[in-house]
Amino acid sequence: MSVIALSPTDLGICAGLVLALAGLSHRLRLGLGRRLLVAGLRSAVQLGLLGMILRFLFTQAHPALIALLALVMLLVAGYEVVARQQRRLRGPWSFGIGTASMFLSSFTVTLLALTVIVGPDPWYTPQYLIPLLGMLLGNSMNGIAISLDQLTRAAWQQRPVIEGRLMLGQDWDQAIGELRRDALRSGLIPIINAMTTAGVVSLPGMMTGQILGGSPPMEAAKYQLMILFLIAAGTGFGAVAAVWLGSRRLFDERQRLRLDRLAPLKAK
Amino acid sequence: MGRLRLRGLGCAPLDPVELDIGPGECVTLSGPSGSGKTLLLRAIADLDPHTGEALLDESRQTDLPGPDWRRRVGLLPAESTWWGERVREHFPGAPDGLLEALGLDPGCLDWGLPRLSSGERQRLALARLLSRAPQALLLDEPTASLDADNAARVETLIAAYRNRHAAPVLWVSHDATQRARVADRRLSIRQRRLVEETP
Repeated sequence: MSVIALSPTDLGICAGLVLALAGLSHRLRLGLGRRLLVAGLRSAVQLGLLGMILRFLFTQAHPALIALLALVMLLVAGYEVVARQQRRLRGPWSFGIGTASMFLSSFTVTLLALTVIVGPDPWYTPQYLIPLLGMLLGNSMNGIAISLDQLTRAAWQQRPVIEGRLMLGQDWDQAIGELRRDALRSGLIPIINAMTTAGVVSLPGMMTGQILGGSPPMEAAKYQLMILFLIAAGTGFGAVAAVWLGSRRLFDERQRLRLDRLAPLKAK
Repeated sequence: MGRLRLRGLGCAPLDPVELDIGPGECVTLSGPSGSGKTLLLRAIADLDPHTGEALLDESRQTDLPGPDWRRRVGLLPAESTWWGERVREHFPGAPDGLLEALGLDPGCLDWGLPRLSSGERQRLALARLLSRAPQALLLDEPTASLDADNAARVETLIAAYRNRHAAPVLWVSHDATQRARVADRRLSIRQRRLVEETP
């Protein structure tokens, strides 16, 4: 079985649907028409570019080029984590903590998957490395962004409680422990939900893609399962690291709560 | 034994503060809203960044880890906060005699937090602090939401505590008659400085 290639007309029909939706949004005055078009255009340009870059990479398979692409993906994900914070840590901290946690979790898990589990030769074969890393980065980015956002918001709102605990002589770890657990729960719920409904309510994207691409359904299921487990681990460990580092940064060396280290509320 | 000394302790609205409070001495502090009373207490408890130094006996604030210092120099905030489901979770052990001395039902340890009135919260917050046996007390309007009887109980309990433990007390109070009752020395804030209170 081989893939049925999509023609420009095929894609044009799909794009027409989005255009129609934008038209409807305009009629209903949802104010989303423009954003819908921009987002659609962005996805077209980004995916087109990615397709071209990957085609080039797959023929070259030069380690330096692959490393460069991985680095760009990581930095963009780090930027995205910052953009999703309502009250982010000032200075390089928000970006640094997000990026470092994603690097630690996504890159290690991808490396493990490539060397121990899938085992392509060489291990950095881009057909395997780039999609795996992309899925891990994308998901751990979500988990880390949600957790950090929840942590800093809760710290801001619950300042009197945290300081009340400090006044009684608790250390920073105890004073913010509850908030940290809440933040981690929020970050991990999406992947837990995804595993819970996988294959029953939703047909996960990767499996769909492989089946459309002609893979036997059982193989697609096994790959999907591997990915779900890796994503759960990557997201979980990444969020734990990010929340720990983030909560540490909210206190100084005297274990005082330092909300002045959070940037002012972003106008939305 | 305890002697609380402030050496050039500086926080935003005040000029650097020099102050000695001897063992068992009670110093009251008054002044208009926003004059820096609460910020001074917070700086002494090392909750905000500040300049200068505070000492309890020979221990300098900066020589001790923050939590150790705050366990010794206990701050009672004007608004208490609670995080557990029940009152008991906020106490390190059994608060021997403290609840009775404050006119509280000893059974209230098993109450849920929403059930407490503001006056009960304020008294429980004091019991919660004293049950950790701090060596010095910083009190921010500890009787603000109490009726006369309960305010008297609080005053009696604090007097007993500072006598028994020779604990220095810095007490912020808006009530001139209360200040006259409890203070060994009365200070107020005038033009960014601590001065002796004049009637």
